[in-house]
Amino acid sequence: MARTIRVVIAKPGLDGHDRGAKIIARALRDAGMEVIYTGLHQTPEQIVETAVQEDADAVGISILSGAHMTLVPRILEQLRANGAEDVLVVVGGTVPVDDAEELKKQGVAAVFGPGAPTSEIVDFLRGAVPA
Amino acid sequence: MATTEDPKTGLGATGAWRRELYDAKPERAGELFSTMSGIENEPLYTAESVDVDYERDLGFPGVYPFTRGVYPSMYRGRLWTMRQFAGFGTAEETNERFRYLLEHGQTGLSTAFDMPTLMGYDSDHARSLGEVGREGVAVDSLDDMETLFSGIPLADVSTSMTINAPAAMLLAFYACVGEKQGTPIAALRGTVQTDILKEYIAQKEWIFPPQPSMRLVVDMIEWCSREMPLMHPVSISGYHIREAGSTAAQELAFTLADGFAYVDACIERGLDVDEFAPRLSFFFNAHLDFFEEIAKYRAARRIWATRLREHYGAKNPRSWLMRFHTQTAGVSLTAQQPEVNLIRTAIEALAAVLGGTQSLHTNSFDEALALPTEHAVRLALRTQQVIAHETGAVNTIDPLGGSYYVEHLTNELERQAYDYFERIDKLGGVVPAIEENFFQREIAEASYRYQSEVEQKQRIVVGVNRYELDDEPEPELLRIDPALEQKQIERVQALRARRDGAAAESALANLKRAAAGDGNLMEPIVAASRAYVTMGEMCDALRDVWGVWRETPVF
Repeated sequence: MARTIRVVIAKPGLDGHDRGAKIIARALRDAGMEVIYTGLHQTPEQIVETAVQEDADAVGISILSGAHMTLVPRILEQLRANGAEDVLVVVGGTVPVDDAEELKKQGVAAVFGPGAPTSEIVDFLRGAVPA
Repeated sequence: MATTEDPKTGLGATGAWRRELYDAKPERAGELFSTMSGIENEPLYTAESVDVDYERDLGFPGVYPFTRGVYPSMYRGRLWTMRQFAGFGTAEETNERFRYLLEHGQTGLSTAFDMPTLMGYDSDHARSLGEVGREGVAVDSLDDMETLFSGIPLADVSTSMTINAPAAMLLAFYACVGEKQGTPIAALRGTVQTDILKEYIAQKEWIFPPQPSMRLVVDMIEWCSREMPLMHPVSISGYHIREAGSTAAQELAFTLADGFAYVDACIERGLDVDEFAPRLSFFFNAHLDFFEEIAKYRAARRIWATRLREHYGAKNPRSWLMRFHTQTAGVSLTAQQPEVNLIRTAIEALAAVLGGTQSLHTNSFDEALALPTEHAVRLALRTQQVIAHETGAVNTIDPLGGSYYVEHLTNELERQAYDYFERIDKLGGVVPAIEENFFQREIAEASYRYQSEVEQKQRIVVGVNRYELDDEPEPELLRIDPALEQKQIERVQALRARRDGAAAESALANLKRAAAGDGNLMEPIVAASRAYVTMGEMCDALRDVWGVWRETPVF
């Protein structure tokens, strides 16, 4: 049997829009993953600390505030600083296409925009997290 | 009610029709026929299916229980206020957008603040990094507010401000700008959102725990009733509850429950209900299920009027009136084929108008992607103008009143709201229910259910799970210049360096002392604003005294 994928769902910054984060958290849990939801208003440092402590396979960052180009690179940087660069980082939210390309260059594995079905995210994580 | 029984079946005529004619043909399979919120719909409503007593349940426009509208003449007397929500970057950029909207026929202003402002952090706070001016305008002090309304005489406009946890500070800034323009603050008109309860429930931009937050709300209501009688100090909001994924019934019930909680808190302070209730206002969502939305507004008016008159004993008929602002559903907008959002928004806006709204914001079609461009904002405003001037929807009051279906839905939503009131009462009221995550859990359930229905294609979203395009053109988006953040940081730091430091310090110390006591905090907040104490400094002082709120998240 495949081992259980552990995912941290995180809300960085001051953004309070948590509908998407909660839906994803629940969909991943229903798909058999272990999900840790950080709750709101997390700093990049807090998110990375949670990912490291929880020995997460992946971090899902939900952000709808437009601050993704500041906050996501800091999370990537903090993961590297903590020797956790193997943690898969995926982003969901309102991220324009060219920003998404730039984030992928910096090490984000995938960016899911509005309307992405949860099944697509589940399949992506199953494919991308090493068994 | 007269019913015609079918002699063969013993059923009413509707039942007979259903058995003999309707059920003879199969229904389409796959998609649900229930409302978007999950209320089951019959294929047909007739006089047999709806119990309405005209005088008791509907009445006349401007007459208790106001189901058909709060004013006798409604849109034949005055159209709704077309009020587009705007704000981004620094006060200068937003001031420019305000003037643009006023030039194009908008009749009221509505200010969107950025996340740091909503959360009570100055732009140079570490937690503000990357968020300054992104989702609204950055306002750190009276200085920014002066720029924001520069060249706009406050005597001539009504201004709505979407601000909650630090609402008292922004109201004080606004009053000070009026003062500086030479307008008596008693003449200033507008609305401050101030609805902290729905922040804990849905929008999640909070600072302090519920008790001191409620005190600030009551302070504002009390102060406005004396000093700024034309201001609506609270806009009790279902909008964000719906955006967070609630059903229409939950939006209705939770918003009204919040409204009752504010009334209770004011009465507890010793205010007379007729002193403040006429200035309470509401804010609802306009989602896509057209008839359900119209029924929601009608039920809301009836419940509010009934509760205020029967339970709170309000004598002034103005206390019974539920006046509300409406915004079309941001959450219904799709990033796919964004122009289609124009059509969604038009239908939602029409529902708000047929539901009798007092003011309306129509979303721009590009808002699932970024803040709207000027072009998109103009089209959104034009949508309202077409409804107002070309469709005839304004010619007759509550034109759907008496529709069997709409009256049935109105009754059903009202019934579901009363069920929720009972459950909330059993939990000890709104604040204990928040602390137990009751609302948050109900909303999470509803939003997950809807998402599952979309993914199983039981609900079709055009361009998302049917009629998709393989190759979507990249739309033109509004980009916020990242340099604006630095500019705003320099602005607030320059202000701190140039103001009278001793005066600012003493005003801040005074506020902190007052917060530890139990007097009304508006006077010390206004005094601190005049001394150019920043919003973040005031909030920090209050954080020191009251602590901060933390949620235990549920999903």
